[in-house]
Amino acid sequence: MNYLDFEEPIQKLESELANLRETAASTGTDLIPAITEIEERIKEKTHEIFKSLSPWQRVQLSRHPDRPYTLAYIEALTGGDFQELHGDRNVKDDKAMIGGLGKIDAYNCMIIGQQKGINTKMRQYRNFGMANPEGYRKALRLMKMAEKFGLPIICLIDTPGAFPGLEAEERGQGEAIARNLIEMFQLTVPIICIVIGEGASGGALGIGIGDRVLMLENTWYSVISPESCSSILWRTWDNKEQAAKALKLTAEDMLGLKLIDGIIPEPLGGAHRNHQGAFDQVKKSILTHLPKLLKLSPEKRIKERIHKFESMGVFNE
Amino acid sequence: MWFKRTKEGILTSTADKKETPEGLWYKCPSCKGIVPTEDHAKSLWVCPSCDFHERIGSDEYFSLLFDEGKFKELNANLTSADPLEFSDSKPYPARIKAAIATTGLNDAIKTGHGKMEGKEVVIACMDFKFIGGSMGTVVGEKISRAIDYSIKNKRPFILISKSGGARMMEGALSLMQMAKTSAKLSLLSKAGLPYISVLTDPTTGGVTASFAMLGDLNIAEPNALIGFAGPRVVKETIKAELPEGFQRSEFLLEKGFLDQVVHRSQLKGRLSAFLRYLSGPVSKN
Repeated sequence: MNYLDFEEPIQKLESELANLRETAASTGTDLIPAITEIEERIKEKTHEIFKSLSPWQRVQLSRHPDRPYTLAYIEALTGGDFQELHGDRNVKDDKAMIGGLGKIDAYNCMIIGQQKGINTKMRQYRNFGMANPEGYRKALRLMKMAEKFGLPIICLIDTPGAFPGLEAEERGQGEAIARNLIEMFQLTVPIICIVIGEGASGGALGIGIGDRVLMLENTWYSVISPESCSSILWRTWDNKEQAAKALKLTAEDMLGLKLIDGIIPEPLGGAHRNHQGAFDQVKKSILTHLPKLLKLSPEKRIKERIHKFESMGVFNE
Repeated sequence: MWFKRTKEGILTSTADKKETPEGLWYKCPSCKGIVPTEDHAKSLWVCPSCDFHERIGSDEYFSLLFDEGKFKELNANLTSADPLEFSDSKPYPARIKAAIATTGLNDAIKTGHGKMEGKEVVIACMDFKFIGGSMGTVVGEKISRAIDYSIKNKRPFILISKSGGARMMEGALSLMQMAKTSAKLSLLSKAGLPYISVLTDPTTGGVTASFAMLGDLNIAEPNALIGFAGPRVVKETIKAELPEGFQRSEFLLEKGFLDQVVHRSQLKGRLSAFLRYLSGPVSKN
């Protein structure tokens, strides 16, 4: 288990708990009352810390190394009934963007998302969840296939951004993202997009046009990361906390600004402390929205999808 | 005193000497050649010796493209609000106010309709001098409404991009303008109306990752910087020098993302020619 700075009080209590359990096991002493008490205190402390998280702390949680990533969600949502599909049919198979066919409850779906690595080696293999143009083109290929066979599309968003590399530019990173935006608006099948971690800018939006756009409680979604925002505005990364606040990037802010359709609650202490709890919430949410979306005609879905996005923004006239 | 002239000038009498006011001459930042400002404007702000295309704004492009420079502006009064109550070195509303005062523009885009070589068109043109041509809600909204106007009146749509990308001070609202404009372009496309995207120096970030790359035809002015990530970011990522000409128009043409690179002096004629081809199988001219 990894702990963030503000999770330290929980870490202390948990190590106390571990010690007590060890003592109980090795000496055979009855420490149940003491253990119960500490468990209660852990709960209280977690509750106390998590009820008033700052935007920057949410950003930290969205990147928590123990947080579940896209493939873990897919495994849980489909109960393993999933076949990954590879390649954009042009350049290569982008390991930072995954997708495939799976069954969620009674529904056959196309599930797509950015994938981060679970350890140092895999992080490199997955390019830290930063897709190249071929990743976005693979996503679009799979979405078009879903459309052909009438399958709903589930997009799980978790990326620190589209990859800003030399080859990404050569192969048209901008064009790839732009193409997805325009195409996703006219897809005839239902699309549900869920931010499960980081929703960084165009890299996130490239699979983010949905009939429902939802965010997990401890995630962020904005035009730029707080660090980059800080470095542009203040020429240093030190103001990232201030930037996180200024950008209004939390799920609550995004809902308040009418840029997303809903927030999916996380288990107490965050998704990283209870993976199954997070999976259950996401599944519940998909199964709430999907039947409603399937009832609408494709024309109505597209119309409402466009109407939702065209209403976004605030200005004076 | 030492600086007080005691003698008249060598050839001209001091009284006849003329001061050269600032702005009468244009010095090309590329070849360092000097031309009278008036001549520079006549050559459409392109350097006569080296073809360097100076950055120009919506006023210049509109005068260049619309017949006799005549057009009707659309939604001129839209201005930015401050939904995030954003403040860095100065509050966002103050920044907007200052930009309006110094540029005489209401935001980073102007949209209008009028005739180009006799054919009715809708043109949107970004202004880099307004906060780096950044795209906030006003830019997205004006583009959307211009496309609505195109669809309603069955007119081709031309958009001249010149932007550093999304406007940070409007956070995710700026990001969603990429989505909004793309949504409208999907409707324009369904209506079978042509969209020509003109990319000029510079076109980067969220603008490249949305409407700028979505033209039926993507054309660019020579040597314009065009990319998703800025060159500085790419350089930091690869930790090496960037190749010569990287992310310039000619590079994008070679990589397959542009249909043509067009000199500014040819722009109006070429756009009109494209629209004639796209008007249907039987030429009306």
